Amino acid sequence: MVSDLIEQVRQGSRRAVARLITQVENEGPLAQAAVTALYPATGRAHVVGVTGAPGSGKSTLVTELAKALRKEQLSVGIVAVDPTSPFSGGALLGDRVRMRDLAGDEGVFIRSMASRGSLGGLARTTAAVIKVLDAAGFDVILVETVGAGQVEVDIARTAHTTLVIEAPGMGDDIQTIKAGILEIADILVVNKMDRPGAAQTVKSLKMMLHLAPTPAEIRHHGRQAQAGGPAQASGLRHRAGWEIPVLEATATEGKGMIEIVIALREHRNYLQSSGEWLAREKERSQREVEQLLQAAWMARWQAAVPPAAREQTMEAVARRELDPYTAAARLMEQVKCDWSNYDDTWLR
Amino acid sequence: MEERKIRVLVAKPGLDGHDRGAKVIARALRDAGMEVIYTGLRQTPEMVVEAALQEDVDVIGLSILSGAHMSLLPRVMELLAEKQMTNVPVFVGGIVPNDDVPALKGIGVAGVFGPGTNTEAIAQAIREAVLGQ
Repeated sequence: MVSDLIEQVRQGSRRAVARLITQVENEGPLAQAAVTALYPATGRAHVVGVTGAPGSGKSTLVTELAKALRKEQLSVGIVAVDPTSPFSGGALLGDRVRMRDLAGDEGVFIRSMASRGSLGGLARTTAAVIKVLDAAGFDVILVETVGAGQVEVDIARTAHTTLVIEAPGMGDDIQTIKAGILEIADILVVNKMDRPGAAQTVKSLKMMLHLAPTPAEIRHHGRQAQAGGPAQASGLRHRAGWEIPVLEATATEGKGMIEIVIALREHRNYLQSSGEWLAREKERSQREVEQLLQAAWMARWQAAVPPAAREQTMEAVARRELDPYTAAARLMEQVKCDWSNYDDTWLR
Repeated sequence: MEERKIRVLVAKPGLDGHDRGAKVIARALRDAGMEVIYTGLRQTPEMVVEAALQEDVDVIGLSILSGAHMSLLPRVMELLAEKQMTNVPVFVGGIVPNDDVPALKGIGVAGVFGPGTNTEAIAQAIREAVLGQ
């Protein structure tokens, strides 16, 4: 059953792709086996993130960009994420409304995803859904995030290339030097160039980039950031050799798309020739495996400690009889595991 | 594993340019905890079925006000059969004369909701069709 579906995905059956995505998204019984089986066939697609504020024109730009990529004979998978309601758990996924023009093209596959409680701009399973499309052979996978504000930066940890879309009239110069979303851009696009103030936005963004320290200093800070912990590891992104372009577009008229296609190709070449592609893949793999390890350890720990004991401990912490650090240390001590005994022959 | 989310495609096939009803339904189903893929106006039957396939939806909801239901729906049902998707129930809302309802049910339409139908009743009908509750 799983192997049938996977074989069909490899052969590019759209129905099989869609059904496997559902399994992966629901973390259903087939999900793990599917990712295991498909994994060797992944790693070929260029994963491009598209993020920006709500209303900055992400869906329209993704549509026009997909059309431009199709003219280059590249097949395109699109994953469009919209927010899940924190109240009802439902979602209105409306990105397809603007993607009408792509209907009927066998070289395009669009999948809408609800964020399902995740706050980083993607759903928890978006990375796994990307793997399915990658294994199905799509050349470029465009991942449109939830309309993002300043902190939804998960996309930079998922995509090879991150496009940040800005629109005119979103704030003053200081907005451009705040930390967050602009920092994750590999390519900046000012959309809606037909609107008043667009030239000023381009100017502000270019100025912001010129205020940035020289590449040597960035590398230095990158290392510092990494020493500070994995949460800041994305500080490593801006390496010498890639100058972030500020591109101009009017997606509603299809203007500026060729320039974006060229910039994507250049960024991909840069990643591959500089070794950054592999470095990012490693970073991503490490995070993925560590998250799975955390979940697995947590599950084993929960299975090992009786619920009553956990309950008692948490109550003690709540009553201020025990502090959280001591509680965690004691709970760890109670689970006997032998850390000294790592067998490193298994991978050979 | 999370509870199973019901995914619904809400589409407006045909040429009428009035989608307030479809939006009301989309919003109500969202509030009922479903994931609604809204495709907007002027969809051909081919577009509707292809979107349903890519999104792997549990249910298709079509809003038709133009009176073209007797030509659009047979085509939708035919395409679903072609793609082996007859397990996906199709509900229709909008303006459908009572006389046409038996014919629509005859070609496999799961339900027809006219003006004034309570949105909670629609959500419930979808739940029953999908989960068998």
